[in-house]
This record gives sequence, C-alpha cells and structure tokens, in this order.
Amino acid sequence: MANTRKILTLSVPLVIFFSVCYFLFKGLYSDPRKLDSALIGQSVPQFTLQDIYDPQKQYDSSIFKGQKMLLNVWATWCPTCYAEHKFLNKLAGQGIYIVGMNYKDNRTKAIKWLTDLKDPYQISLFDENGMLGLDLGVYGAPETYLIDSKGIIQYRHVGDLNEKNWSETVLPIFNEME
Amino acid sequence: MPLSSFRYYLMPAFILLLCFISVGANSAIETFEFDNVEQEQVFHDLTKQLRCPKCQNQNISDSNAPLAKDLRNKTYELVKQGKSEQQVVDYMVARFGNFVRYDPPLTPATIFLWLGPLVFIFIGFYFLYGQLKRQNKQDDHLDSQESDRLEQILAGKTSVNKKTKQEKK
Repeated sequence: MANTRKILTLSVPLVIFFSVCYFLFKGLYSDPRKLDSALIGQSVPQFTLQDIYDPQKQYDSSIFKGQKMLLNVWATWCPTCYAEHKFLNKLAGQGIYIVGMNYKDNRTKAIKWLTDLKDPYQISLFDENGMLGLDLGVYGAPETYLIDSKGIIQYRHVGDLNEKNWSETVLPIFNEME
Repeated sequence: MPLSSFRYYLMPAFILLLCFISVGANSAIETFEFDNVEQEQVFHDLTKQLRCPKCQNQNISDSNAPLAKDLRNKTYELVKQGKSEQQVVDYMVARFGNFVRYDPPLTPATIFLWLGPLVFIFIGFYFLYGQLKRQNKQDDHLDSQESDRLEQILAGKTSVNKKTKQEKK
C-alpha cells in the first residue's frame, strides 16, 4: 500500500514532463494561420478602393452592408486561387453574393483572369498594395471572410474553399448568419 | 624573424580571426531613413518584438515573407508618423491578434506562464517540508527499550576505552 503511494508520488514529475513534451511537440506542427482572426465580431475596416475594371469607380466599406456575403481574397500569382476559382463560380451560380478582393496583383493580369475563367464576384475590389489586406489581417491568398448583413465579420477561412470544407464548415456558419 | 615562421603564425591567427566575424542573422536588407535616432531605435525594437504572423517562429525583421515585408513597411510608416512603440504594437494586435507579439500580455489564457513557475516552487518547498518533517519523526522514535540499549552500548564503549588506555599505560 505504502509502496503504490510512493510510486504514484514519484511518477508525478514524469507525468508533468510528458504533458509538457506533448504541448511543445504539438507546437512544432501547429499552423499559425489556423488561429481565429482578430477581427471576428468587428465590422469591416474603413477603406477606399478602386474597382478592378474601372479605376474611376471607387468603393468604401458601405458595400458590405445590406446582405450577408463572402469576401474572397485572391490573386493571379496564387495557384490555390486558380484551383478555388471553379468552386467560386459554382457558389455564385447558386446565388451566393461574393465580393472579390484582388490582393497585391496586376490589374491587367487580374482582368484577363476574370475574363478567361468567368467572374464570380458581384463587386471586384483592387487592393494593389495590400492596404485593406493588412487591415483585415490577411496572411496570404486565398482567404475568405464571412460578413453578415450588418457588415460584421463572422468567420475567416484560410486556404481554398472546396466542396468538402464548404459543406462541412463554412456553409453551416453562413446559413446561421443574418 | 625569418619569413617562414611569420607565415606559420600569421595564417592560423588570420583563420582564428575569421571565426569571430559573424554573418548577420538578419536576412532582410532594406534601407529606411529616419528623422532621428530615437525613431530608428523604436523601429528596430519593434521589428524584433513583432512576430511574423504567417511564420512559425520568426520576427518581422528576420523574415523574408512578403507579409513580414508589408508589416515592416507599415511599422516604418507608423513610426515615421510619430506613433509610440505601444501604439504600433496595438495597431498590429488589432489586426493579427496577440500572436503577433513575442511578449505576451497577461490574460487568462497566459496566466500560467507567470503562475506556473511559482506553483512549481511551492510544490518544491512543500516536498522539502514533508521530507524534513518525516526525518524529524524518525529521529524522535526511540522507545524506552531502545534508549536503554543505547545507554548500555555507550556505557560499554567508555569502559572499553578506559581499558585500552590502562593497558597502554
């Protein structure tokens, strides 16, 4: 009896050691991009950006009010965006309102991309130097933000949207939003 | 001194000297101009303590990621505007969360970092205290029989000592 107690007491440091090891090991492989966005629950930051097709046309954050929508960050230099584009076209076909933000890109290349691959975006913003991207805390492209009708960011998805993560993760959140 | 020996000494000395030259650890090379030395210092402090949000473990001064470059430029812009170190850190935290700081703030999630070591020190002291107490207890435990025996032994020993002394005489 006394012996088992001794073994138990002596194994406490070992248990602590292994649990610390577990967390440190997990930390080695954790992806910092999986962290929740710092902007969840906040409204879309103020901005003024040009339309991708027409430099004369300018938009500000008021375009994010009135209905729930997706804000998709993309660029022509991003191969994953290419893979994602088809699915975005499909979503647009289902009547989902998507705003595109062309991130640190070239206008001519972007317009060619949208012409060749079809344009799924209701509005296309041109964020040449990544100003809005920085304010949104964008890590890279593609990223998709879920914005409710009041213009509040509810969720951020890092990486491409596809059939699987859309139906499993993103769509339920999108459906719950007002 | 003959030339050959000079060469013998100079070469190793030169190689030794090479060992002390450190190649800069900062991979990003950019030139920023500042109004004064304080601003430059603030900028360098900030780029060292702000973490690249996309990278696993690099500050924005070390990283070559495009995002780190953007953050450096933004930091420069804000410092140039006369923002304080704290204001710039707040600006970054508002956009990228606390992950961007290498010096974490005291929050419920991080409180263990401060209290953890204290807890371990207390556990250590508690353990020592327990050990000490047990030792004292063991010392006290001599019942009457044992103490009688101890006295006898001690008495016997002294008599033995006396005997040996007498024999020596």
